Amino acid sequence: MSAKPFLRIDNIRKRFGPIVASDGVSLEIEEGEIHALLGENGAGKSVLMSMICGMVRPDEGEIIYRGQSVRFNSPREAIRQRIGMVHQHFMLVPNLTVAENYILGQGSALKVINDMDKVDAKIRELSDRYALDVRPDAIIEDLSVGEQQRVEILKVLFHGIDLLILDEPTAVLTPQETDRLLALMGDLVKDGKTVVFISHKLDEVMRVSNRISVMRDGRVVHTVNVGETDARGLARMMVGRDVGMELPRSPSAPGPLVLSVDNLTCRGETGLPAVRGVSLDVRAGEIVGIAGVSGNGQTELSLALSGLLPVDTGRVVLNGKDITGLGPARINASGFSHIPEDRHKHGIVMSLSLGENTILQRYDQPPFAARGMLNRRAIGEHTRDLIKRFRIKSRDENQRIGDLSGGNQQKLVVARELARNPDFILVNQLARGIDIGAMEFVMEEMLKQRDSGKAILLISTELEELFAICDRILVMCHGEILGELPPERTRLDELGLLMAGKRADVVQPPLAS
Amino acid sequence: MDDMMFLTFLATLVGAAWRLATPLIFASIGEVFSERAGVLNIGLEGTMLVGAFCGFATAFATGSILLGLLAGVGGGMLFGLVFAFFTITIKADQIVVGAALNLLGMGLTAFLFRTYYVSTGKGIEIAQPIHIPWLSDLPFLGEAFFKQNLIVYSTILVAILATLVLYRTSFGLTLRAVGEHPKAVDVAGRNVAGYRYAAVLVGTGLAGLGGAFLTLGHSNQFVEGITSGRGFIALAVVVFARWSPMGAFFVSLLFGLFYALQLMLQAQASIVVPYQLLQALPYIMTIITLVVVRGKGAAPSKLGQPYEMR
Repeated sequence: MSAKPFLRIDNIRKRFGPIVASDGVSLEIEEGEIHALLGENGAGKSVLMSMICGMVRPDEGEIIYRGQSVRFNSPREAIRQRIGMVHQHFMLVPNLTVAENYILGQGSALKVINDMDKVDAKIRELSDRYALDVRPDAIIEDLSVGEQQRVEILKVLFHGIDLLILDEPTAVLTPQETDRLLALMGDLVKDGKTVVFISHKLDEVMRVSNRISVMRDGRVVHTVNVGETDARGLARMMVGRDVGMELPRSPSAPGPLVLSVDNLTCRGETGLPAVRGVSLDVRAGEIVGIAGVSGNGQTELSLALSGLLPVDTGRVVLNGKDITGLGPARINASGFSHIPEDRHKHGIVMSLSLGENTILQRYDQPPFAARGMLNRRAIGEHTRDLIKRFRIKSRDENQRIGDLSGGNQQKLVVARELARNPDFILVNQLARGIDIGAMEFVMEEMLKQRDSGKAILLISTELEELFAICDRILVMCHGEILGELPPERTRLDELGLLMAGKRADVVQPPLAS
Repeated sequence: MDDMMFLTFLATLVGAAWRLATPLIFASIGEVFSERAGVLNIGLEGTMLVGAFCGFATAFATGSILLGLLAGVGGGMLFGLVFAFFTITIKADQIVVGAALNLLGMGLTAFLFRTYYVSTGKGIEIAQPIHIPWLSDLPFLGEAFFKQNLIVYSTILVAILATLVLYRTSFGLTLRAVGEHPKAVDVAGRNVAGYRYAAVLVGTGLAGLGGAFLTLGHSNQFVEGITSGRGFIALAVVVFARWSPMGAFFVSLLFGLFYALQLMLQAQASIVVPYQLLQALPYIMTIITLVVVRGKGAAPSKLGQPYEMR
């Protein structure tokens, strides 16, 4: 390690109320490297980087940048010192153009905007130099997520930076877009810039970074040169123990047809077609996965299946009974369980207790209710049983569910849905926002359900999740099912191309990277 | 009605429509600023009343219409400052504070008027139409467009100025961004609360001006509840105009037309519709507008939501 690192973080501490986000972090970044920051959700990666770029002020500790102690009061001050960050949630105003977003907050407030030509020219020049494909007059809300991300990166370059921080940049990208981004990081480093990128995906971290720092519980626990370790070693550092990357599972034995979807179409929030002629079958004893970049109709498909969105055409048949167009209550009563994508919106009521959340669908049925009155004792017993079986960390069944961690909330949703003993389980993003430990647990639970003869449809944007438990994977793009693949990692290229909208019959040879 | 009479009727109608639209134009363009920054000020009615009263009281005391107008703007902004403090600094619910200010505006102006002015029974000099050589003498067109007072003419200036500020200055750009993605503005180093204060003050200042027009450029008296719902109609105008100042100008003119139409139809002996029904015309049109134009597409996405900094 050189005597004078480019950026040194020394024993930083930060608390948000009772939550300790940074517990004495120290980290060194060298000039011209790609440094990956790896860790589970909640390990404190984003908060640490937000402190470097001036979004959040540390309680204690020191940031030394180019040999000087710095303290930024705003992101603007950090930009002035040529440090810029691309956040996970983009800082782009949706109804403005690219160029307008770039000049936002620049110059005096009373300034009349009359130099847009110069701004446009500079954007075009930078866009050409890094092959970013950004048009200055495009309106943000018309762009895809991948395009918006390139706009964000170019914005930081536009303001002139030496240190670029990327927060989970690949979470929203297809494998091809990810390749492109990783290549861009290489180009930036060649131009003398330094890149720090936050991720929890081991493979991409291994591919591009020079050094990797692993964070856990608000601290950097290891910094290693890439090549000194492997994916398994990194995973161990992340969770602090050995992780089985492969779940043990037996081959599936598909039984009779449980759910059959025929040519389903429905429209999304904007009134435009979101699901366009989807047909699929799920049999008892198998897990069918749907892969795809988010925003390609998966959300609408799961809402339509569970009765939360009107179906335009097509049929949904569950156990031989047509459930198309029925309300959620009647669909649920037909042996249908739904583990939703957005649990705060469709899964739980944050202000209610665990017990109350457990009986959301069955509050009017015995044994939970009799003669119009709730039976507190039956609810309590049932909930305590689930808390024990699913190892949900909570005080008791009367605790407000909003006080639990995301992982424990998700466990309760899973527990509740499985306890209803359904024939078919629809899962959208099984492991969203939960840590590796809880993830392994719910995945194993899904496999157990499969082996006991349930039919499961798992919609996910996380390929790891799909590879780990699915028996076959359908790929969805622009509201259509484009193809089906076995869950083998060797077919990743093909999967990626399908996710990007290229059909199997026109698959090109994989891009050289 | 023969052709000549009809043309005269039309010319008078258009002239009256612009005059009656004037308070709406000021108030709705002001509200466009406020709402573009994400602040929904339903307290416009109360704010306009305060403007109307301050304008009247000042002109009564000084005899100056200009000072009266300035007092109207000032009174509106003072009221706006109260609204901004509660909704932006304290982060209270905008609807609740707006409703409270409406009640305060109605009660306060009625109380002060009854206490100090009602017994005097005197009116004030109001702004007179200015005669523009040649143009005012044009047949029909003169009556329709060129027999107004300066305040009415200034609405064109305000609409153009508002458009330029909102779309051609750094201030306007930031203001629009504040209503859509305040965090992006915060990250860009601008003070979100400051911009919201500015937007509310522009909005209430113009609402105050709109109110002052009622006493200084239209009727020569303050009357309790003189705004008679114009503040609420201005809110509807903003929706119909899809949050654009030029749109607000033209939609206000349309509503002005309804006001003028009901007044003039009342005067027509040949029409046997009960006058109460005609009086209701602008309000019925407001309801119809809000039902028909309910697309939320153009609304600033953070409208009504306080901004929490980390």
